Amino acid sequence: MLEGILIGLSTAVTPFNLMMVVAGCVIGTLIGMLPGLGPMSIIAIMIPVAIGIGDPTSALILLSGVYYGAIFGGSTSSILLNAPGVAGTVATAFDGYPMAQKGMAGKALTIAAISSFAGGSLATVLLMIFAPALSSVALLFHSAEYFALMVVGLSAIAAFAGSGQVGKALMMTILGLILGTVGEGALSSTPRFTFGILDLQSGFSFITLAMAMFALPEALFLVMNPARSAEQGSGKITGLRISRQEARTIAPVIGRQSVQGFFIGVLPGAGATIASFLGYAVERNLATKEEQAEFGKGSIKGLAAPETANNAACTGSFVPLLTLGIPGSGTTAILLGALIALNVTPGPRLMTDEPDVFWAVIIAMYIGNLVLLILNLPLIPYIAKILAVPRNYLIPFILFFTLMGSYIGQNNSTELLILVGFGVCATILRFANYPLAPLLIGFILGTMLEDNFARAMQLYRGFGFLLERPMTLALLALAAILVVLPSYRAMRARRRAMREQGVAEGD
Amino acid sequence: MALDRWIALVFVALCCVYGYAAFFTMDHLLPPILQRNPVWPSTFPKILAIFGIGVGLMVLFTKAPEQKDGEADESAMTIARLGEYHIGQALALIGLMIAYALLLRPLGFLASTILFLTIGAALLGERKFYILVPVAAIGTFGIWYLVQEVLGIFLRPLPSFF
Repeated sequence: MLEGILIGLSTAVTPFNLMMVVAGCVIGTLIGMLPGLGPMSIIAIMIPVAIGIGDPTSALILLSGVYYGAIFGGSTSSILLNAPGVAGTVATAFDGYPMAQKGMAGKALTIAAISSFAGGSLATVLLMIFAPALSSVALLFHSAEYFALMVVGLSAIAAFAGSGQVGKALMMTILGLILGTVGEGALSSTPRFTFGILDLQSGFSFITLAMAMFALPEALFLVMNPARSAEQGSGKITGLRISRQEARTIAPVIGRQSVQGFFIGVLPGAGATIASFLGYAVERNLATKEEQAEFGKGSIKGLAAPETANNAACTGSFVPLLTLGIPGSGTTAILLGALIALNVTPGPRLMTDEPDVFWAVIIAMYIGNLVLLILNLPLIPYIAKILAVPRNYLIPFILFFTLMGSYIGQNNSTELLILVGFGVCATILRFANYPLAPLLIGFILGTMLEDNFARAMQLYRGFGFLLERPMTLALLALAAILVVLPSYRAMRARRRAMREQGVAEGD
Repeated sequence: MALDRWIALVFVALCCVYGYAAFFTMDHLLPPILQRNPVWPSTFPKILAIFGIGVGLMVLFTKAPEQKDGEADESAMTIARLGEYHIGQALALIGLMIAYALLLRPLGFLASTILFLTIGAALLGERKFYILVPVAAIGTFGIWYLVQEVLGIFLRPLPSFF
């Protein structure tokens, strides 16, 4: 391995390749900030440039820089505007935006940058050590396990079921799942619930729904109640640094989520989105009771967990790509295309045939993460200043960006009408105190859940897979525990509180 | 009846319609070869409709937890204080967004976006047009340049009759 690292260092650390890393990170961050352009589209856009370079190592270094940059840029818009442009950063908005609202935008961005950096770097170490061994484990996951994994991901909604909110959270999840069924059906590609509207054939687009659920209601609330923006408008962006104690709080979270995120990322098809939701759910379950109450209201743990996990998962998704030649996500599929165009065939022989490419990419990941951190920490005060823009200018621009986000993806103005319609519904739901995050989780996971369930049922001709595949059963049991445990804990706490009260009354 | 109950009622109604569509209108359209699959396109919607009606009724009929006093803070949005909010501005902006959606193609990206940003800010009370219009124009042009010229995603810049 040492030899490999040295090969990697000697190929990656050349002035030209370093420039590629920096360029990739800058481009990725800047474009990633625009909601609507996720890593996948940015990498697709950059491919002609990368192929033009000619050298596969430099090209891959540039593209992975863009990838990291885009993911970090995406979390910026979730934190500042509550406008997650990528599914993987939805969970970042849960706690990042409340922090920004409290005037801690700078700190939130710093935590995001640090956790992304740590997640990415730790996962790269894991990638280096485990890549060859993991490639065989990833193949053990069949559709039955994916189905179970999605169920575990869905259990993240338990985090949003506050006191007396369980029914509401469930209702929103089901609504999300229902919205997910619009479009082409599982395994059959026959349209369903489209009302004959051609624009709905491919279903609702994720970005439209994310903008409508998060960004639009928030912008409308800012319009309706100026007091809401007053606290952040007047407040200077203070407290960029995180204190020693805060660092100590998030350190274990980062450690756990780097590992967990990486291993989820390794599984083809699971990727950053599930990693971030699961990371959020798991950390919330592990947190103490006081910390649990903070989740969703600006908890630094709740911000660090998904940020670490999604970056670690992105690194993890390189494992099947580099070792098996299997792209685990849309983004890595595009990378695979680029590699093949550059006459490199990823697969089991990559490590032996072209070790310089393999190791240079790994070294470039370290450098990319570091560059991203160095570039972004000084920029954070300026990025956070976006919130200090006068309200009269900020709100029209936020609305415009949400509209653009869903327009660019589809180039279809029907999408804009859908966006406004859902936005109005979401605002009403927010008024009635319904949590909207479960809706989005249900929507994102629902399609994958159904497809994998259908496939598993087809392969095993019925529910046999539940018994035949122990891993499926174990994952489903885990999901059940994740759902039941919090409510059990809450019930026990309530009973204890009641008993104490009873004693007090007895006295 | 509180707003959240009304929403639950609407949700139950939605699930009934959805369930009707799933149970009675989909299966006969399925080609025979697909009917041999254990999971049909309508299977998942059927399950969802049943669960949805159950959960909706649960929310509809369970007693709402009482709001503790002191929880209400200034920035929390509640329907009870709807009268104090700037509803007119919000509705006007929603109308403006719909207009933008409908005009984006015919009027072209540049003109409609500049109009959207200017009118939007004006609705919110901005009156310094000598700053507003240039800012809107620069922002619009910058985004258009980035998206179309740099990234190569086509946005029709000029009205369609040009």
